[in-house]
Amino acid sequence: MRKLISINRSILILTIGLLPLFSVGQNILNSGQVHGNFQLDAQYYLEDSTIGAPDVPEKIGMNAFANLIYTNKNFEAGVRYESYLNPLQGYDTRYTGSGFAYRYAKYSKDKFEITVGNFYEQFGSGLIFRAYEERNLGYDNAVDGIRVKYSPFEGVTFKGIIGNQRFFWEKSEGIVRGLDGEINLNTLIKKFNDKKTKVILGGSFVSKYQSDQDPICELPENVGSYAGRLNVSRGKINVYTEYAYKINDPSTVNGFIYKPGEALLIETSYTQKGLGISLAAKRIDNMNYRTDRAETGTSLNINYLPSLTKLHTYSLSAIYPYATQANGELGLSGSLIYKIKKGSAIGGKYGTTIAFNYSVVNSIDKTAINDSTTIGQKGTLGYESDFFKVGDRKYFEDFNIEVTKKFNKKIKGVFSWVNLMYDIEMNQGHANQPNVYANIAIADVTYKLKNRKSLRLEAQHLSTHQDEKNWALGLLEFNTKHWFFALMDQYNYGNDDTKKQIHYYTLSLGYNRNTSRIALSYGKQREGILCIGGVCRAVPASNGLTLSITSSF
Amino acid sequence: MRKLFAIIVLIVLSISFTFAQENDKEFRKIPSVNLKTMDGKTIDTKTISNNGKPYIISFWATYCKPCIKELNAIAEVYEEWQEEHGVKIIAVSIDDSRTCRSVPVLINGKGWEYEFYLDENSDFKRAMNVNNVPHTFIINGNNEIVWQHTTYSEGAEEELIELIIKLNNGEDISGE
Repeated sequence: MRKLISINRSILILTIGLLPLFSVGQNILNSGQVHGNFQLDAQYYLEDSTIGAPDVPEKIGMNAFANLIYTNKNFEAGVRYESYLNPLQGYDTRYTGSGFAYRYAKYSKDKFEITVGNFYEQFGSGLIFRAYEERNLGYDNAVDGIRVKYSPFEGVTFKGIIGNQRFFWEKSEGIVRGLDGEINLNTLIKKFNDKKTKVILGGSFVSKYQSDQDPICELPENVGSYAGRLNVSRGKINVYTEYAYKINDPSTVNGFIYKPGEALLIETSYTQKGLGISLAAKRIDNMNYRTDRAETGTSLNINYLPSLTKLHTYSLSAIYPYATQANGELGLSGSLIYKIKKGSAIGGKYGTTIAFNYSVVNSIDKTAINDSTTIGQKGTLGYESDFFKVGDRKYFEDFNIEVTKKFNKKIKGVFSWVNLMYDIEMNQGHANQPNVYANIAIADVTYKLKNRKSLRLEAQHLSTHQDEKNWALGLLEFNTKHWFFALMDQYNYGNDDTKKQIHYYTLSLGYNRNTSRIALSYGKQREGILCIGGVCRAVPASNGLTLSITSSF
Repeated sequence: MRKLFAIIVLIVLSISFTFAQENDKEFRKIPSVNLKTMDGKTIDTKTISNNGKPYIISFWATYCKPCIKELNAIAEVYEEWQEEHGVKIIAVSIDDSRTCRSVPVLINGKGWEYEFYLDENSDFKRAMNVNNVPHTFIINGNNEIVWQHTTYSEGAEEELIELIIKLNNGEDISGE
């Protein structure tokens, strides 16, 4: 009996003794959470010689992604599984395969944050360093390595990074290392806390290492770059400036010249309720910067050179998108958005918004360094450039107006007009093709029906005497709370070749609920180019059935 | 004595399990990530609040047409929403360095009166598992995500305010 009691007692004591541990374990498990998202795009391809859609041997292409993030108090870890079986047409075939392309662990405590594994990061505007992902372009230059962020005082942040970049399913051989510091003077210095003028200063240093395997040329193995930035704002006015410099960095893209690179970005804005004005200028000279000097295309970029032109999203205005010229460009842009008040003659009952935007990009001035050297000659300093002189070749010019108006409770519309000039040789690499001058008019009208139903009509027209000549587009969309149905036709009726006067029609059907969306579409896609932020991807012609699924939890 | 022990153990166990159960039901708090204000100041997302009242986080971009339609539609009724239901809109733009400086130009030009932030490096977008914009979240007074939705269709703002009203009345909207 006594024995039994003692066993019972020891079990009890053990249980009670373990209980707190058990609860702590429970708490740790319970405070941890898993969240994620999923995206799948698949297409079944049909051969269509009329539009130039090739026979795709595997018939089906698919790009899919799933992110899983586990968080627990100050700890976070995540993975991304990617599958390209095979990659959709137009994406680099080196993506073929499946696996965990991205994984990391992050811990933040007090004033430190440490990330090991893959990460995305940006210093300033990204002129010397930006690691980011743009799925629609197949762009991913995530760094695999270590990142440390440290904020010793409020208003002061330091970041340090080191690692290799993602290169499809492999990693760059070259290493990228960088440091960045940012000081918010108004937060840091008590005396300036309530000052009207706000000043933020930043500076960064980045360097890459790649061994010199060239038997003849002596190439720099360590290429350093630095950048400084300043943001000053006072009331309605904001001015941002960033300057970057890179030492000589001969590469395939710049034709192996030894000239240093530089970039300047100035952006100013004036805003008040009902009015926004912005003016921006930038100059880029020889700023291609990659962990592999031989690489071209969109892989292994260390930096990001933002394009200041407007990102057009309507189909016909997006036919001629601007691609950033890392070897040299000089750009200006300005926009004005104004809201005409309610109740005025033009404003109507609900007010009308008018937006003007203008941008122009030219080449930079380039002169030969001496009589015996041609401009851009391999192994030389390449050229000399007058900083303030505008080059004589115009790459791009765009003037556009957009009017947004609500007519009554049921009808509203967006009307725009775009006038652009496009150097198709520079932007798309089509040699010996004349510059394109195009006018595009777009009407986008929504008619609201009862019970969350609506009809949307888009009419677009592009007129030009160059390239493929005139295009017309019509789109009709019917939306309900959970469903959408759309019918679109893009018609290249102006093409000189009557065989190419093709109707590119598409039928789409979709369903969405909370954070999940599924869409099916069937039709033809014209050959073109897709650019986001000046980074571009060719979109091949295709005909077939497309399935898209997105979900997050 | 032994019985008492056993009872205490049972009680403690059941309490710890109840807590575990409750914890399972807990909504996700907004992750802590840095965002930037228009004049370049860094803020931590965990400091975002609406004084204990529900609010809406809307992920958008200057080049996203449905996002602008949604924010335009809300702007028309926003004053009413604020006065009658005390709700606040936080517009988080995922514009990168290419377009982020046109964010205040657009917001002011359109006459929107939202609290807005920049997520230039997409840190918040990734932490909140946003695939595409628009993506809208309803956050309760405890900074917990109680409802979310992607895409925009005409009239979605009416549903949004109905949910806020329900939430204000203490109803659970997570299944809506």
